[in-house]
Amino acid sequence: MESNFILELFGNNIWSYLIIAVIPLGFVTLYALVAILGELKIASWVQDRLGPMRTGWKGVLQPLAEVIKLLQKEDITPTNVNRPLFNTAPFVVFIGSFAAFAVIPFSSKFIPADLNVGLFYIFAVSSFGVIGILMGGWSSNNKYSMLGAIRSASQMISYEIPMALSIIAIATLSSSLNMNKIIEMQSGGFWDWNILGGNGPILKIVFIPFLLVLFIVYFIGSLAETNRTPFDIPEGESEIVGGYHTEYSGMKFAMFFFAEYANMFVVSSLVTVMFFGGWQSPFGSFLNDPISQVFWFVIKAMFFVFVQIWLRWTLPRVRVDQLMYITWKVMLPFAFVAFLGVAFWSMIKP
Amino acid sequence: MNTFQIVFYLFALIVIISAMGVVFSRKLMYSAFSLLFTFFGVAGIYALLNADFLAVVQIMIYVGGILVLIIFGVMLTTKITDVDMISGKTGKWVYLGASIVSLSVLTLLLYMFNTVNWNLPGATAIYHDSSLDALGTVLLTKYVLTFLVAAILLLIAFIGAALIARKGN
Repeated sequence: MESNFILELFGNNIWSYLIIAVIPLGFVTLYALVAILGELKIASWVQDRLGPMRTGWKGVLQPLAEVIKLLQKEDITPTNVNRPLFNTAPFVVFIGSFAAFAVIPFSSKFIPADLNVGLFYIFAVSSFGVIGILMGGWSSNNKYSMLGAIRSASQMISYEIPMALSIIAIATLSSSLNMNKIIEMQSGGFWDWNILGGNGPILKIVFIPFLLVLFIVYFIGSLAETNRTPFDIPEGESEIVGGYHTEYSGMKFAMFFFAEYANMFVVSSLVTVMFFGGWQSPFGSFLNDPISQVFWFVIKAMFFVFVQIWLRWTLPRVRVDQLMYITWKVMLPFAFVAFLGVAFWSMIKP
Repeated sequence: MNTFQIVFYLFALIVIISAMGVVFSRKLMYSAFSLLFTFFGVAGIYALLNADFLAVVQIMIYVGGILVLIIFGVMLTTKITDVDMISGKTGKWVYLGASIVSLSVLTLLLYMFNTVNWNLPGATAIYHDSSLDALGTVLLTKYVLTFLVAAILLLIAFIGAALIARKGN
């Protein structure tokens, strides 16, 4: 596998695979700190506050303080919960989001597992999250947790359909499900990114609207997939206290939280890979070496994480019926039409 | 032991332990959740045997679809979540029947395993081609009729479910 520098460096043995698995874990940990700070700061700026200012310079050490606080909190397990399932659920949820990092292409030289079915794989492992949330909600033995879990599961299952359509459209456009191949198809500057019709003759501008629609459908779906506002009805504080993690505290709550942030990065990097050229530099071959690619990839993905945070603090929560209306009656028809358009384009494309 | 064997035994252990959990746990909910790890382990073994697409489909359909359905079914029917699997009314004869059935299934499986002429292509250390392309080609050429019939069957089931659900209002 030439797409992994660790294997080149240390050879094909179990230790290099362990190193490959640990790198994304370290990345997620660092990223979660940055994202928590981003969430706190952006929330405050949106609401015209200063946000955390006292820990470190302008409060940049706040996420570290939060982590230390969560680590030393008492681990409360309520008496009437189903203990084994209650303790497993946070880990299952986190496995679901962390497993997706196996196929995230940080650079052309570093993708933990260069699967041929990468795009489909990310989509499949997200179902672990659904099971974990159901597990947590049911085992908490609390009606709010249960309602939150059921809401979350039904929401994630419904939104998978339009998201799957946009993934299929990208798969037809690049005739591959391999993350690196999809990105390689978009080489040559931002004009060749899939959001602008991908690699092809000038006729592609006719089909840009279809891809734009697919991007919007996918992005809305990804907000629902990660249970972020405006689709955070599974944890709607005003209706069902805290949703599926009502009974969780301390480190187990932190696992749910961590999984949510990891998931935000996963969907953002998927948006980046599918529509914004992944690790490709926006200026063609300029700054397109494996190390700059990491920078481009992370900056693009972080931008979409920022958009998610930004949306969370600007939009109100939708109602359950509106949620279902949006998926089935708005997003699905648009996704179908856009999919047909993109399929037609990839048919006539030279 | 090389990497392949370590990973294989890891997944095999996951499958066996969780499958025993499915069978032996006295609470239905534990069985349903143990199934999660069984499916995961089987998917891992598929992935190890180069059937990448099958592995992902295993997770997608069994974990994302069927297991969620089972858990919803168990959760929404109250009271059966805590029923013991062996209730007072079933006597000792149940064990006898169960043993006969499972022994005969085991014999049949062992017989099949030993007699069927398995097609074993030479195992390759590194597998470059995706099983995805081959599967797609076969599905849309040789088995296109079966494929379409399955699609129509699913569509009928979908419409039927919608019809049943709408009847109330």
